[in-house]
Amino acid sequence: MAQVNEHVHEHQEATCWELLQEVKDPEIPVISMVEMGMIHKVKVESGVAYVEVLPTFVGCPALEIMKKNISEKLVEGEGINEVQVRFVYDPAWTSDRIALDARDKLKSFGIAPPPVGFQPGDTWEVTCPYCDSPYTTIENLFGPAACRSILYCKHCKNPFEALKPIY
Amino acid sequence: MGELLQVETAQEALKNQEYTQALVDLLFQLADDDFILAYRGSEWLGLAPHIEEDVAFSSMAQDMMGHAVMYYEMLEELGVGKADDLAQLREASAFRNAILVERQNGAGGYNDDPHYDWAYAIVRSYVYGLHKKVRLESLLKSSYSPLTLISRKMLTEHRYHLMHWQVWLKQLANSTPDARARLEAAIAKVWSDAGELSDLGPNAASITGFGLIEAEATLREVWLKETQAIFEAANLSWPGEPGAAKERGRAGEHTADLIQALATLSEVYRIDPAASW
Ligand SMILES: [Zn+2]
Repeated sequence: MAQVNEHVHEHQEATCWELLQEVKDPEIPVISMVEMGMIHKVKVESGVAYVEVLPTFVGCPALEIMKKNISEKLVEGEGINEVQVRFVYDPAWTSDRIALDARDKLKSFGIAPPPVGFQPGDTWEVTCPYCDSPYTTIENLFGPAACRSILYCKHCKNPFEALKPIY
Repeated sequence: MGELLQVETAQEALKNQEYTQALVDLLFQLADDDFILAYRGSEWLGLAPHIEEDVAFSSMAQDMMGHAVMYYEMLEELGVGKADDLAQLREASAFRNAILVERQNGAGGYNDDPHYDWAYAIVRSYVYGLHKKVRLESLLKSSYSPLTLISRKMLTEHRYHLMHWQVWLKQLANSTPDARARLEAAIAKVWSDAGELSDLGPNAASITGFGLIEAEATLREVWLKETQAIFEAANLSWPGEPGAAKERGRAGEHTADLIQALATLSEVYRIDPAASW
């Protein structure tokens, strides 16, 4: 019996991960929270889904919205009656957690993805998401959301946003 | 519980009354510093020198407010009270922030002919930020695991604040004689309070004894050394040993500025604790 239960839970957890692909980052609607690398763990026990989320920024005002969106989505799953979302800080979210294929989606949305494998002391060089030119300048480290900066492309003369390297 | 022991959860901390007391005392300092300075930052809304700076300053104030919330929630976990109540319903004498962060932004009030001092905002934010960095780095080795985890996260955000203030400091220091004079006046004003930042309060011996954070002298030494290098790189003369206000914020002594700030920031909450934004 225990084994059967385990099997059911595994199946339910897989369903949850699929459903979570549909929960988008409230501030970047082309990327899911799974692709952002924000979902750490999903566990299902007796109809309750426990989700551990890694915040990108401690004071991100979108966290409560994310919590609500996750809960509303997961109760659609068969046999899920309750959802408990918890924010955890171990491991810490870093921008390297963003899925590689999600980086192209960010670009298509006009947001330059953060560099991969950024180390302290590295220089943050950003290429334009529109024309790929490296000839860009940072206009403002702080953009409309804490996780983004505002840049300007001197080649195609477009302003654009970039996700900050968090490392 | 000695220095070598690691405390993993609030439940575990609560088994030792003295440890809990030291932890609570430290958390109030961390929370109140960020909370009150974030409030002062929010008072710049619409008043910063240009629109980009307005966005940047609000963004940093929001980060700091987020950090304060984390600390208040840790206090809530330790059974001290509800996080929102801790932020908004305590009297000034229960606050443990350093005097530096409660000082008004300048002459006038937010709704009453504000003549805020931008140079003071830069220097206060930067000097505080440099100290906060040292404090967070020390907390990475704290005996209270929840503090080490959250500090690591906060540092990733905080380094962008420091980069921002570094740009401003360098620009003003190498700008017109007027800008330079204002910057130097601001440094003098900040410096007369800044010495209190590394004060760990009346319970300091217990806080450091339990390995929650390093000793005051260590924090102070690292912070001053790093700050001195930054001042020198910007061609600013080193103001020497920092002073402290006559009130000791870490012991619950505060100026009228804090009383004013608390009255304003908690006005809505006191009228209607369930009000949502
Ligand atoms: Zn371009």
